[in-house]
Amino acid sequence: MEREKKLISRILARETELFHDLIRPYERMAYLAIFAMVKNEADAEDGAQDVMISAFRNLRSFRGDSKFSTWLVTIAMNEGRKRLRKAKAAGIESLDEDMADHEGDFTPAALTDWREIPSVALEKKELRAKVREAVQELPDIYREVVVLRDLEELNQEETAAALGIPITLVKVRLHRGRMMMQKKLVPYLKMVAPPPKRGFLGRLLQ
Amino acid sequence: MNLDCNRVWEYISEYIDHRLEPSVLADVENHLENCEICSAVMDSTRNVLVLTADDRTFELPLGFSERLHRRLESVLRAETGRRAD
Repeated sequence: MEREKKLISRILARETELFHDLIRPYERMAYLAIFAMVKNEADAEDGAQDVMISAFRNLRSFRGDSKFSTWLVTIAMNEGRKRLRKAKAAGIESLDEDMADHEGDFTPAALTDWREIPSVALEKKELRAKVREAVQELPDIYREVVVLRDLEELNQEETAAALGIPITLVKVRLHRGRMMMQKKLVPYLKMVAPPPKRGFLGRLLQ
Repeated sequence: MNLDCNRVWEYISEYIDHRLEPSVLADVENHLENCEICSAVMDSTRNVLVLTADDRTFELPLGFSERLHRRLESVLRAETGRRAD
């Protein structure tokens, strides 16, 4: 934090080269915030570059009362929304945003026999792709919160500040988003980690 | 207090984030110890979150950082030069 503050004042005092160092820890964050919305690598990369350029141009308006990362993620979320709107207007994006469709999705799926540790599951590329899809297919309002909390690992207060919504709403949306993902992913978890064979026949087959 | 499964599911997210009030936490933990379905839901949700947060799930495109800093450099040069004029 202190280091960042010093860097920022030096950049504002025309040592602009230092901007590279300032943003280096947040490259991934900017990219992910946009990629989770636009679902297109090239668009997300272009968007992340625009975010950093915009941050440079507006650095003077950054007030030290919030963290630099929160300020930056707000710019990234806005960029993501802007690009999403554009894609939707162009008809590229056909996600069904009708909230009525999601009303019943908040109960989790039960999976009593999946106990595989995630590190093993992560070796499976197809599962990683499914996880990406599950995040990207969340309705916008849930995806924004899930991305900030579970991908960017911002806390509740920072997430609320970045999105301009109350903490209570962050909690509700996070819970619903997570439950939708759990429900969507459980069938795949089952597929990549079949239940252990039980009973006499199972033991014979092992 | 005995909680039913539906109530426990409402608390899953906050339980994982360690944000439950101590009184509720005790009830949830008690339920989880005795309900295989809910403890499986809890495990699978937690695992989904671990999978989501893993760096390998969302990877940066190859050469992303180099291209970003190259573009930044050209902007920094152009704009710093302009300000110096």
